[in-house]
Amino acid sequence: MSEEFEPNIVGFACNWCSYAGADLAGTSRMKYPPNIRIIRVMCSGRVSPAFILKAFQMGADGVLVTGCHPGDCHYIAGNLKCEKTMGTTRKLIDVLGIGEERLRLEWVSASEGSKFADVVTDFTNRIRGLGPLSGKSQG
Amino acid sequence: MNSEAIVKETRAYHCLECGVCTSSCPVARVNPSFSPRLLVEKAIFGFGDEIVRDRDLWSCLVCGRCTSRCPSNVDYLNFIKEMRIEASKLGQKGLFSHDGIFNTIMELQSLSLQQKRTFWITDDLEVADEGECFYFVGCLPYFDLVFGEGGYCDVGLKPTDRARNTVRILNKMGIKPVVSNDERCCGHDLLWNGDLEGFRRLAELNLKTIKKSGAKKVICLCPEGYVTLKRDYPLYLGEQDLEVVQLYRLLADKLKEGKLNFVESGSDNPVKVTFHDPCSLGRIAEIYEEPREILSGIPGIELVEMERNRADALCCGTSGWVNCSSCSKQIQIERLKEAEATGADILLTACPKCGIHLSCAKYNSDIKIEIKDITDLIVEKMV
Repeated sequence: MSEEFEPNIVGFACNWCSYAGADLAGTSRMKYPPNIRIIRVMCSGRVSPAFILKAFQMGADGVLVTGCHPGDCHYIAGNLKCEKTMGTTRKLIDVLGIGEERLRLEWVSASEGSKFADVVTDFTNRIRGLGPLSGKSQG
Repeated sequence: MNSEAIVKETRAYHCLECGVCTSSCPVARVNPSFSPRLLVEKAIFGFGDEIVRDRDLWSCLVCGRCTSRCPSNVDYLNFIKEMRIEASKLGQKGLFSHDGIFNTIMELQSLSLQQKRTFWITDDLEVADEGECFYFVGCLPYFDLVFGEGGYCDVGLKPTDRARNTVRILNKMGIKPVVSNDERCCGHDLLWNGDLEGFRRLAELNLKTIKKSGAKKVICLCPEGYVTLKRDYPLYLGEQDLEVVQLYRLLADKLKEGKLNFVESGSDNPVKVTFHDPCSLGRIAEIYEEPREILSGIPGIELVEMERNRADALCCGTSGWVNCSSCSKQIQIERLKEAEATGADILLTACPKCGIHLSCAKYNSDIKIEIKDITDLIVEKMV
């Protein structure tokens, strides 16, 4: 019996917008795949490239980073900082052979529960299509 | 190895309690609670368990100053290495700087991912997939992405310049080196942070890649890569049929043979430079004179020595990307001030990591001295 591949996805969500967005998706009973494990951070600007690489090293097949829309950051410009470092992080995971398509950055506000559900669904399907991260240690 | 065996193996029981190690230690100078002598004493008196749980175990820079001065020949470097291997078996580790990104990068490289690490190669460089000579690039491509423009520790550096410089110099010598996407980090930092298994995995993959390319000779620019390939690969994985060469040693020979030539100086006023001996190149690989011979061969360059040079040189303040602290910063600033005091315009380094650490310290200070790599100067002046 062949089992369909179910990806492990790590999601970083900022405390002020995206985590509340995810919460709204939940309380509104919107359906999205259960593959994502959400880690709440105070700001998307706190998501260091090292966290993203660590997630891949520990067995993630995809990493989703979500933050407030530009201009809405609780700390004024944390999300812009996140966007800036994300450029080199993409290059870094590409050079490492992970592939930049396994990392996604999205802006999700506290009122966008449906957007959160859509983003997670779409990203999970994409990663499922890409298959497991090759060479990943098992277990 | 238990602590009793470590004491035996590293001749720690020969310790005379003279304290030369602690008074030579750059960390002990700025952090009085750190004492190499005390660590050795604890091991001798059977308190090995205390050492492996001690946070100070990770503060040692493995710069080798104590080892080189110890009158009883205690092998302090291996003492620290073996103690760290024991400590990491208990789950102890140092405090990783840069959120541990380099450790994660090294661990990711032990998986079978297809890297694209040769992105730095430009069209004017001649490299091959197979051949006699393998150029071991090391971590430079990853340093570029972390410390370069837009990187999250952006200190305005371009470490892959050293890789391009090296290939340019080798091309001039008539060597078309092999550069591979399958190369991994040499494992130096994993080994010295106590992760012996991780080190072995990377070393095996690297040896496979080098042998597959048909190379019999490996050229290293990075001094840490050089000592790891030359000394530690045979030590842990058995004798290899490989000749490992440090670039400066190769260039010093080429200079004597008249195959490395430089442009005549256009000015009467020589440019004053000073040279920072990296620990791995100097005290550990004992390559002191070769970089100086190359520098003295360049017209219009005057080398002025810092007060502490060659075997007495000060470490750049951090090693293995662990325990970078205010002590590290103090050591780096001290070194930069020492370089400035020589009156030199340029501080030359020969190790990419020294370059990064000293530039980082300079970035947050009002020190003006320009920091360059020797290869930058060679490429500038080479004909």
